Amino acid sequence: MKFGTEIVLLGLFAFAAFVAAGFGVDEPFRQHMWVLFLVLLGFTAILLRNSNFKPAAPIDPSAYMDGPIRYGTIATVFWGVVGMSVGVVIALQLAYPQLNIQPWFNFGRLRPVHTSGVVFAFGGNALLCTSLYVVQRTCRARLFGGNLAWFVFWGYQLFIVMAATGYLLGITESREYAEPEWYVDIWLTIVWVAYLILFLGTILKRKEPHIYVANWFYLSFIITVAMLHVVNNLSMPASFLGSKSYSAFSGVQDALIQWWYGHNAVGFFLTAGFLGMMYYFVPKQANRPVYSYRLSIIHFWALIFLYIWAGPHHLHYTALPDWAQTLGMVFSIMLWMPSWGGMINGLMTLSGAWDKIRTDPIIRMMVAAIAFYGMSTFEGPMMSIKTVNSLSHYTDWTIGHVHSGALGWVGMITFGAIYYMVPKLWNRERLYSLRLVTWHFWLATLGIVVYAAVMWVSGIMQGLMWREYDEQGFLVYSFAESVAAMHPYYVMRAAGGAMYLAGTLIMAWNVTMTIRGHQRQEQPMSGAAPALQPAE
Amino acid sequence: MMTYNLMREFADSWGLLAMALFFVGCIAFALRPGGKTQANEAAQIPLKDD
Repeated sequence: MKFGTEIVLLGLFAFAAFVAAGFGVDEPFRQHMWVLFLVLLGFTAILLRNSNFKPAAPIDPSAYMDGPIRYGTIATVFWGVVGMSVGVVIALQLAYPQLNIQPWFNFGRLRPVHTSGVVFAFGGNALLCTSLYVVQRTCRARLFGGNLAWFVFWGYQLFIVMAATGYLLGITESREYAEPEWYVDIWLTIVWVAYLILFLGTILKRKEPHIYVANWFYLSFIITVAMLHVVNNLSMPASFLGSKSYSAFSGVQDALIQWWYGHNAVGFFLTAGFLGMMYYFVPKQANRPVYSYRLSIIHFWALIFLYIWAGPHHLHYTALPDWAQTLGMVFSIMLWMPSWGGMINGLMTLSGAWDKIRTDPIIRMMVAAIAFYGMSTFEGPMMSIKTVNSLSHYTDWTIGHVHSGALGWVGMITFGAIYYMVPKLWNRERLYSLRLVTWHFWLATLGIVVYAAVMWVSGIMQGLMWREYDEQGFLVYSFAESVAAMHPYYVMRAAGGAMYLAGTLIMAWNVTMTIRGHQRQEQPMSGAAPALQPAE
Repeated sequence: MMTYNLMREFADSWGLLAMALFFVGCIAFALRPGGKTQANEAAQIPLKDD
């Protein structure tokens, strides 16, 4: 492979970053451009060293393109470990404020590193690689656009690195889950449009006449995230060589746009995309077709039509007009139905093969994921009811809810998909160890249970302390007292998170050893049907 | 403000009707007679090969 064009373009961009590092109008921007310059320079050097002038092997147009998917799988595991480690660190920072290291590693800067790290780096890479895996195998077509998939993969990694380093340098738009500043947003837009072209192009050249439902979910995720990202990040930079921009919207409109984005990031990034994953990997691992294909179509359209309206429930009792708050609440409650449609469809795919939950730890992981999906999509609508929200909002209950969805649903379905894909992608007979998958499963499940239960207690306590009045109408507790009361729960929460992280580290080990071609000598999983004995 | 009113009125009337009809149409299409056979075939797509 010669990388002529790539090297020239990368060199030019590295030079542009170098110039921007010199002429930047604010210090964080200049530092950020140094980071960009060094990253691009390093990548150029790697390409230069890997160039060779032997004629490239001809590409078989009927074979699937799995290179970017292998890289994406490794990136998913890597960013999962990074994002979850940062999560444990910030959990400990809340319990022990001395752990805040100024200025780069304080809670305010590390928190978006954790949220973006797990949502966009871990979850995003998981969606990227599984979507490309699934679309090829259900369309029976090689990825469209030649090296486009490589551009999307590396472009997305660059986005992650720029976003994370920007947070540490103190560069932020202060919009939740959309913190990167304008220039990083523009880069993500370019990468995302390339991703859309890549995915849609593959669907268009499919050999299978029908577009399998998993691809519908993936496509809705790609299109909606493009729309959300562009609208929520409409802003005007104060300088084209500076890190500060101002939103195109103001006041409550700005807040509503942000939560229209924020909730649909949950709805389309963390739900629709991962449902696509469920609709391929659960049937594959169980070796059974999905329970009801028609239910999958109906709950797909119901999800699409309802989710987009649910955002205002993040702005209950604010300056947002009451009718808009009620609208958000009503649509959130209606969302319960399509969500449970998806859960029932996923779980019932196992009907007639329930024994696999006992014998196959990968299926167990997927079933736990779907169960957590059901639980968190029940809890969410309940919390969107205004009277419940008046207690739960701004408390740790919200954090617990998010984590039962993120660790339970998003995390577990991703782990299941990774365990399924890795032996296939690297042509291994099986995983390094199934027993380690069981360890991962129990560490993760217990970690989530500890985490969520602790956050319920601490969140409800916090909400009740905030609203407690004495008979004369004075607040009983000062804010600082409610903070002090939460210390034990913060410690327990960090322990729950650490258990979950330990499970992920076990997965990283298992995946590494599988890729390297090792098989652990171990007892096969118990519980499989005993072999029949001849009658004597 | 006029643009807002115009778009708001459209969203409340024709826009709402069009989306509702599209949604009902999707469900009706999924449940149409004979849809089940086709759906069962589609459900087999991931299992046909690796």
